[in-house]
Order: sequence, then structure tokens, then C-alpha cells
Amino acid sequence: MQKSPGLVPYLFLIPACAIIGGFVLYPMLHAIAASLTDYNMITESRFVGADNYRKLMQDPFFWNSLGNTLLYLLVVVPFLVIAPIFLALLVNKSLAGIKVFRAIFYLPVITSLVVTGLIWKWVYEEQGILNYFLISTGITDNPVAFLTDPANALFSVMAVTIWTGLGYYMVIYLAGLQSIPKHLYEAAEVEGISKWQQTIHITIPLLKPSIAIVAVMSSIAAMKVFEEVYVMTQGGPLDATKTLVYFIYQSAFEEFEMGYASAAGVVLFLLTLGLSLINLFVLRRR
Amino acid sequence: MKSSYLSIAARYLALTLVALLTMGPFLWLLSTALKSGSENIFQYPPSLLPAQPTLENFWRVIETQPFLIYLKNSVLVAGLAVAANLIFASLAAYPLARMEFRGKNLIFILLLSSMMIPFQLLMIPVYNIAINLGLQNSYLGLVLPHACTAFGVFLMRQAFLGIPRALEESAMIEGLSRLQIWWHVLLPLVKPSLATLAVFSFIGVWGDFLWPLIILDDPGYYTLPLGVNRLANTFSMDWRLVAAGAVFSILPILAVFIFSQKYFIEGAMRGAVKG
Repeated sequence: MQKSPGLVPYLFLIPACAIIGGFVLYPMLHAIAASLTDYNMITESRFVGADNYRKLMQDPFFWNSLGNTLLYLLVVVPFLVIAPIFLALLVNKSLAGIKVFRAIFYLPVITSLVVTGLIWKWVYEEQGILNYFLISTGITDNPVAFLTDPANALFSVMAVTIWTGLGYYMVIYLAGLQSIPKHLYEAAEVEGISKWQQTIHITIPLLKPSIAIVAVMSSIAAMKVFEEVYVMTQGGPLDATKTLVYFIYQSAFEEFEMGYASAAGVVLFLLTLGLSLINLFVLRRR
Repeated sequence: MKSSYLSIAARYLALTLVALLTMGPFLWLLSTALKSGSENIFQYPPSLLPAQPTLENFWRVIETQPFLIYLKNSVLVAGLAVAANLIFASLAAYPLARMEFRGKNLIFILLLSSMMIPFQLLMIPVYNIAINLGLQNSYLGLVLPHACTAFGVFLMRQAFLGIPRALEESAMIEGLSRLQIWWHVLLPLVKPSLATLAVFSFIGVWGDFLWPLIILDDPGYYTLPLGVNRLANTFSMDWRLVAAGAVFSILPILAVFIFSQKYFIEGAMRGAVKG
């Protein structure tokens, strides 16, 4: 029988709790409180009730950024849920050099998003390599204004988010694939079921938990897009790429409307919370 | 088995195409960084390879911008953050995995809820706290908010749960303290999970941009992502230099990645299985 641990557990927990409490939980309460004030770092902050939220509801820039974020979610998530499955199937085979390919596909994941954004800004140049490729293969006649045309800019930024996420979610699916018992395939082989049929009837159904996780993770990530926008477009042209987090950043650190920005942050939190609860629910069911 | 040769060839073809898609932009960046000042980088059609490859852009970046200081800052901050994450998360995970005490459930719930809070919501109050603690423009200020995550605590807890209790009990009979058990008995048995946590925290901190952007205004503390961004703002006309700076910032993590590729991908897979 172990003796009662007394104070020991608390001592072990102090550093973690101090950091997570001090830099996550306490600031969280602080943010909610600040969203009810006109806090701006210059004048004394006053309690204003739900004024910030009311102002948000009437702010076309807020709605624009919320709309951009939701559109982001709708386009990016299906791509990031489906495409990495094919990538994972592609690299889930012991071939010579397969580890090198896995590593190459993972490269964008380890690259800092700021650098990724800069790389793509250069690739997207009017006279850049991508336009050259598109024109010389006859896909388009004139150079595409990827980042300078409001109709294209958001989609161009989305493509970068997708490019970055492919390798990350590929690895999650790879883990899922490798946990599928081999004997299922062996049995199917004996029954004479084709490889394609095996993929449809064994692989995909057993991959469902991974698919659910990737769906939730990629939607939460899409809610928080910031770096790509900051580096490539600064929210422009004409606010076409201004996302919710970019809106919060600008309100807080360029316009110093901290209270107002906090209210937008609480909205972001509630949306993320909804997605996280789905996440927990999915994980519990596994 | 003709068809199987064909399917292997098709697989390699597909692998190569995807590899081009992920490597292409990096190679184009590298090619730009190696082009000399006399070469027109906006010429049409673009020349894929530099006419006279040169390292002059790299030297100019290092001479005119404190890139070596950015590199030092990045290494220092990432190193400190990884060490802090490993120690603090595995310390906290031990009682959560193995001891009964009052308030355990409450701590569990608080940790779990902290995982749902996006940093983007916290950046304003955390900024204020950091200013009040005098953490602006300091390494401590860069590291502290990243020094422990609930994800890390849960990852380590899961690892400790897999260790047989008997090991711990016999260590207790031998008179080891809890701290000694943690260090000498438990930690050596969870090295793979520690590697996973190290990789996750390293990637996160190395690429972090938003937090340093807010908390630093002294370029002497800039990490590489901020340095590259500053370079891009300073030399937005000369993409050769921007490309050279970007390549410079990728090389260290690329070296780490090649050296410990196994931990990156296996670690990420382990993290995925654990959820």
C-alpha cells in the first residue's frame, strides 16, 4: 500500500499550473472582463456592458472578416480532410526511398508560416514562376493577379494554408492506416477482393476516427489564420483577405481598441469552443 | 507480375509529382537566392537556374542585417522552451497519472479547458501581463507563455500510465523519494514520448510569429521569423536578399529535421494516435 502523498502532488504541479494558469486561464477571464469595457491603454477604462458586442454586430468590417473566416473554413477543411488521405495511402507502402518522400512532404510543416508566406508571395508574383507555368502550359492566357485582385486573393492565401497542412495531416492519417490490422487485408486477399475494393470497404471505414480528428483540427486551425495573411496581403486588397484574427490584431495593436478587440476575441473563442467540444465528443467515442 | 511493376511505377510517378509540388517553391526560392545582382530576376520567361550561382546575397544579408543574432535568439528561445516543456509537463503528469489527492479532478478540468482557448484571444491580456512583469524585450518573455501546455501534460500522463506500478513500488521500498522515482525510474522509460513532446514544442516555438511580434520591439531579441519579416519589409524591392534571408532561416530547422527525421514523423504519428 502506498502512503498518502501529502503535499507532494501539489509541488509537482506548481510549475505547470502557474504557467497555464498565469498565461491561459487568468488571461481568459481578463479578456472576457475587458470585452465589457472601453479599455484602450490610454484613458481610464470604463465598464460599458455589452456595448462592444453591439458595436461588433453593426460593424461591417467585423462581418466581413467573420465571413472571410467562415469561407476559409468551408474551402480549406474539405481539401485538408480528403487530399492527405490519398497522400497517406501513397506513402503507406514499403518502397525504396519512401521515407525520403515522407520527409519531403513534411517539409512545409516544419517551415515557419512567415517564411512560407514569403515564398508563396514570390511564387505568386505577376511575372513569377507560377504564372509562367500557367501560361506556358496554356492554362491561362494572361498572368493571374493572385494576391492583388480581391476576387483571387483569399483563395490564393487558402492554397498556401492547404499546401502547408497536407504533410501534417498526412502523418495523422498514416498513423491511422498503420493501426489497421493487417489480417483484414490478408482475409480480403484470400476472398479475391480487389485492392480498390479493399480501400473502399476496409481502409476508409476504419480511418473514420482519423478523418474526424483531421476535420476538427483543420477547422480549428482555419479559424486562427493569421501569419499567411499578415505576410502576403496585410488583409488586402480591399479587406478581401482580412480574417477574424487579423481583425482582432488590427483592432488591438494598430487601433488600440483593446476592449473592442477582446469582444471579437470572445466571439472567436465561442466559435473555437464549439469546434473543440465536437473534438472532445469525437475523441470520447473512439 | 507485369501489372505490379506498372503500379509501382505509377506510384513513384505520383510521389514525384507531389514532391515537386512541395519542394518546388523551396527550390525556386533557393534559385532566386543564388542569382547574382546582374541577373534580372523579373525576366520573362524566368530562368529556373541562376546563370552564375553566387553566395553574395547571403553575405550581404549577414553583413547588413543581424541574422546571426536572430539565429542565436531562435536557438536559445527554442532550446529553453523545449527544456521547460519537457520538465514541467512530465513533472505535472506524474501526480496526475499516479497519485490520489484533493482537487485532482478540478485540475484536470482546468487543464482540459485551457486547451480550448486560442492564443489569439489571449494575446491582449497576456501582452498586458507580460508588460506588467517587465517581460517585454526579454528571452524570458518569449519563452514563459510557451513553457508548458496542457497537451504536453496529457501526453506525458498517458506515457506514465503505461508503466507498471510494481516498478514504482519497489523503488519506494528501496527508499527513493518521489522526485528520485520521477527522475531515475519513470523518465528513462518514457523517452519516446519525451522525444515527441520535444519535437512538437520545437516546431511550435521555432516558427512562432504572433507572440514575438507583439512582445518585442527591440530587433536585438528578434527570432528568425521576425528577422525574415523585417528583411522583407526593408528590401521588398530586392527579392534576392529576401530569398537569401528566408533560405538562411530554413537551413537550421532543415538540418535538425534531416538529423532527427525519425522523431519528427514518428513523434507526430504518436501524438496523433494519442489524440
